[in-house]
Order: sequence, then structure tokens, then C-alpha cells
Amino acid sequence: MSPTFWIENFKLLAATAGLLFAAGLYMVIVSHNLVRILIGIEMLTKGVTLLLGLAGAVTGRLALAEAFIITLIVLEVVAIAVAAGLVVGIFGHHGRARVSALDELKG
Amino acid sequence: MTTLTYALIGLLVVETLWTIQTSILRAVMGLAATSVLLAILLFQMGAPLAAVFELSVCAGLITVVFVATVSMTRPLTPTEEEACARRRAVRFHPSFLVVTLVGLALWGARYALQAAPPPAEALAGVREVLWGARRLDLVGQILVMFVGVFAVVVLFKPRAREEAGK
Repeated sequence: MSPTFWIENFKLLAATAGLLFAAGLYMVIVSHNLVRILIGIEMLTKGVTLLLGLAGAVTGRLALAEAFIITLIVLEVVAIAVAAGLVVGIFGHHGRARVSALDELKG
Repeated sequence: MTTLTYALIGLLVVETLWTIQTSILRAVMGLAATSVLLAILLFQMGAPLAAVFELSVCAGLITVVFVATVSMTRPLTPTEEEACARRRAVRFHPSFLVVTLVGLALWGARYALQAAPPPAEALAGVREVLWGARRLDLVGQILVMFVGVFAVVVLFKPRAREEAGK
């Protein structure tokens, strides 16, 4: 698809990326369950991925955008794997995977 | 193709809103579906390598990690599930309003977009960019992967010992 299409629809796609970001942020702020918070973080990165792809398509620097997206995906998967391990560890220690279980970290 | 793209964007928005509101396991499925839709959009933008990564890693591997995490944590009793559904209704149903307002604000915002002709380096392929200009990123990625593997091994070690002790 030609860059003209993405330039013409830039606002729509940027708003969609913003919506993904807002949804993820909302999930992170409002959720009490740690797995749900991780899903929220994933949603945030989906918004960033869409925006990177869009920036590449609009400016014609798709190769650079692709390189950034690949880097982002690698970092994302490592972060999620470690965070999931932490969630399982917290569940094993406290018997629940909720933010309220982490109040022992205070002080 | 244009209609398909608009349909994909619409589906992406619906899927996002559904993922926020539903139970955890369904939210994981919703996230995987969001990744699939995003991969198709990236493919249409002309970024096939990023699309393949998005599809295989985000829609595949991360979904497996999430499902494994959900299965390794205790399922809720019917009473807890009912209470959670009530709390979810209170907390997440306003998200329709919040997220739609943010979307509308972004839609209405005036972007100073200057569309310029593609520069010379735009003609370089992703391989040249990744192995040439962004070589340091690859080193960082390898380091992060090693740290991730090490962290997962360390996190699961005590559990394996405990289970062996039993």
C-alpha cells in the first residue's frame, strides 16, 4: 500500500495507537490482579508498535521502523517472561497474585 | 484493500475495549487477537519482518506465557468469581467512556505532519539497518535475552527445590 494512504489516514491510526495506549494505561492503573497489569503493559507496547510502524510508513523509513519494532518485541517478551516468573513466585509466597500481597515491600 | 484496513482498525478498537472488560483468560485471548490484527496492519504497511515477529512472538509465545501463568496461579472459587465480576463491572465499565474520550481527543488534535519524500537511507533494507546502523541494538538484545533467561532460571529454582523436598 502506498505511503499516501498512511499519510491520509495518519490521524485515524495515531488515534487508534493512542487508544491502545490509553486502554493499557487504564488497565495498569485500575487493576489489582498482577496478571491483568501485565496484560495492560502488553497493550501499552501494542500502541507503541503501531505508532512506530505508522511513523515508518509515513516517513518512508520502514526499515528503521522495522528494526525498532523487532528490538521492542525482543525487550517486551523478555520483560513479560521475567514478570510472569515474578508473579508465579509472588503467588507461591503469598497464595495470591494481587497488588495488595506486595505491601510487605513497604519501608 | 482500503475497506479491509478500515475494518481491521475498527476490529482493533473493539478488541481493545473487550480485552479491558473481560476475565483474565479471555483478556489473554483478546490480547492475542489484538496482536494478530496488528500483525496484519504491519504487513499492509510494508513491514513483513516486523509483522512475522509480532505474529509469532506476541500472538504466540507471550500468549503461552500468560496462559501458563494463569494456570499456575490458583483459580477463583465461584463466590470469589462473582465478587470479582461485580468489582470488574464497577472498575472497568467506565473505561468505555475514558478510552473513547482519549481517542476522540487524539482524533481532534492537530498534528503538525510534514510528509516529506523518503530519504536516501529509506531504500536500505531492514537487514542493512539492523546489522549496520543498529548493530549495537542487537548486542543489547542478546544481553537482555541472557539476563531474561538467567532471571527466569533464578526465579524458578527455589520452587523446584521445594517440590523436590516434598
